[in-house]
Amino acid sequence: METKKTIRVLIAKIGLDGHDVGAKVLIFWLRDQGMEVIYTGLRQSVEQVVEVAIQEAVDVIGVSILSGSHVSIARRLIQRIRERELDDVLLLFGGTIPKDDIAVLKQIGVRGVFPSHAKLEEISTFIKENVKQPGE
Amino acid sequence: MAKKASETEVRPVVSSLGTPVKCFYGPEDLPDFDYKEKLGDPGEYPFTRGVYPTMYRSALWTMRQYSGQSTPDSTNERFKYLLKNGQTGLSLAFDLPTQIGLDSDMPLAEDDVGKLGVAVDSLDDFERIFDGIALDQISTSFTINATAPIILAMYVLVGKKQGVEPSKLRGTIQNDILKEYIARGTWIFPPEPSIKLVGDLVEYCNKEIPRFNAISVSGTHILEYGANTMQSVALAISIAEVYIREVLKRGSHIDQIAPLFSFHLPIGGRDFNFFENIARLRAGRRYWARLMKEKYGAQDKRSLQFRFSTGGMGGGLTAEQPLNNIVRATIYAMAAVFSGTRSLNLACYDEVYAIPSDLAIRTSLRVQQILAFETGVADVVDPLGGSYYVEKLTDEMEAKIAETIADIDKDGGIVKMIESGAIQRELARQSYAIQKKISSGEKVLVGVNKFRVKEEERDLEIYKTDPETINRQLQRLKAVKAGRDREKVAGALQRLEAAAGRGDNLIPYLFEPLTQKATVGEIIDTLKKVYGTFKEPTTV
Repeated sequence: METKKTIRVLIAKIGLDGHDVGAKVLIFWLRDQGMEVIYTGLRQSVEQVVEVAIQEAVDVIGVSILSGSHVSIARRLIQRIRERELDDVLLLFGGTIPKDDIAVLKQIGVRGVFPSHAKLEEISTFIKENVKQPGE
Repeated sequence: MAKKASETEVRPVVSSLGTPVKCFYGPEDLPDFDYKEKLGDPGEYPFTRGVYPTMYRSALWTMRQYSGQSTPDSTNERFKYLLKNGQTGLSLAFDLPTQIGLDSDMPLAEDDVGKLGVAVDSLDDFERIFDGIALDQISTSFTINATAPIILAMYVLVGKKQGVEPSKLRGTIQNDILKEYIARGTWIFPPEPSIKLVGDLVEYCNKEIPRFNAISVSGTHILEYGANTMQSVALAISIAEVYIREVLKRGSHIDQIAPLFSFHLPIGGRDFNFFENIARLRAGRRYWARLMKEKYGAQDKRSLQFRFSTGGMGGGLTAEQPLNNIVRATIYAMAAVFSGTRSLNLACYDEVYAIPSDLAIRTSLRVQQILAFETGVADVVDPLGGSYYVEKLTDEMEAKIAETIADIDKDGGIVKMIESGAIQRELARQSYAIQKKISSGEKVLVGVNKFRVKEEERDLEIYKTDPETINRQLQRLKAVKAGRDREKVAGALQRLEAAAGRGDNLIPYLFEPLTQKATVGEIIDTLKKVYGTFKEPTTV
């Protein structure tokens, strides 16, 4: 049986939104699925998050936003990710995200979008299916 | 006696306190039940049945929908719309930069200007929000915490400009910073100076604005964070005691300050139980009355009254089949009315997607009006009082509230548990446990894990923030800054800083900078020099 590497995930709160219990619930769930998860804490800038992602060599960045600022933050984050050549990182957004904005986020380069009521299993399955394993 | 097969198969039910729930309750569940000791008539100690004798027969609960739109002008429009539709009190939501003391033109603020509520940078914005609304005719509720002293000072100044004396102002200011460290994250300073500022506001209101609720200790966010229904009351009371001690140590008597305290408590949520929600609020009234009387020596009746407004929680509402949320909100509203709430704001059916549309807000208001005027539920005070089940549950809830508060005190107090992140971790764990129950289907959410439809095709009309908001706000801020006397602003901020350094009550020192159009961000930056900023525990 081939050994799979442990998936490393960074869960980030960008901007001023302080609602982080959803982020924490997801952290517990992903850890229970065998992933290594790092949490940034509140009020991070796009630049800070990208630097932590590089330092911690994560496979996934999951951004939690419930304040309605997801589109503008996503645009700046993606630009920064490209500048720092992190294109292989799987970028996910979750939170209070209206249906119309899901398409917008995907169009600008967010790979997975999970509104507040998304199932935890959906998120972990999506990560497992989309993180590149060595040799893939 | 032989039992039928169907009678041997009884669905087991466990309460949120972990106790088994019987199929029915009777007199044996309430041995030695003493009406006077346990309940008393409404308006009588220990106020289990309600804080006033006639409740809704004299005055209905205040129907208040939370609102705050992107700009001061659009908020003013919405306020006038709600007043025209029969709303009896205003409730103001602020954008995140205003809540954490950033101006619209400061770094980090740009994504959030005008998003969750109105942007307030200076007194100029506040004057626009209340333009044409006579402050002596309405009551206003402000959901604001870290920057509460600034917002209250602005309200006083707007009143003065209208010729309304502070003593005529009515309303409530949330001013509950401790739950922000637990659940909502709009802290600025470390807990110690923040508690001091809470005390400043309470002390000031006591002297100058006696008709204003200087604090609304909030259990709602704590529930959304994962607390169970009992804990949402217990933690709120534990937090209230921190503020009470802060004001008492300044030499106030309990009967001067306790009447200024009110609570904002949740109804509903993901783990909603109709009877538990009602029972724990009745229990909260009884616990508070005894706490104030026995522990703090309060004598004034108003000190003993556990006065609360309720918030019908968005956390229990679902993105799936959103019209079902109107039904959920209706049941939350009934629970709130049976609990004897004094005010109710109800989550709206589209809240899972965005801030509510006009139609959604009006529907929530109509739910309340239908209950109040069409159904008879408001005719008799505490109609569930005397129910074997509800009284038993009320006893259990009261005992558990007492136990929870005693445990917190044993662990060094709520402030210490917040600083270490212990409370946050425990509640997040509980939230995870509920989420897993929903995932597994053990906890049913209609439309989510049961009775699903393929895909809800109905598209809701969602409120969208005007993308031009930030530009308008920035232009206005620029104009305000250009029109100021810089030296007067700097002088006023210096005097504020000196007062903070001395540990004086800060409220009187806020009027001068605000009148000189110092911004919220400038005032907060000045205070950060004295108080520092909070370092968040990030271990999950």
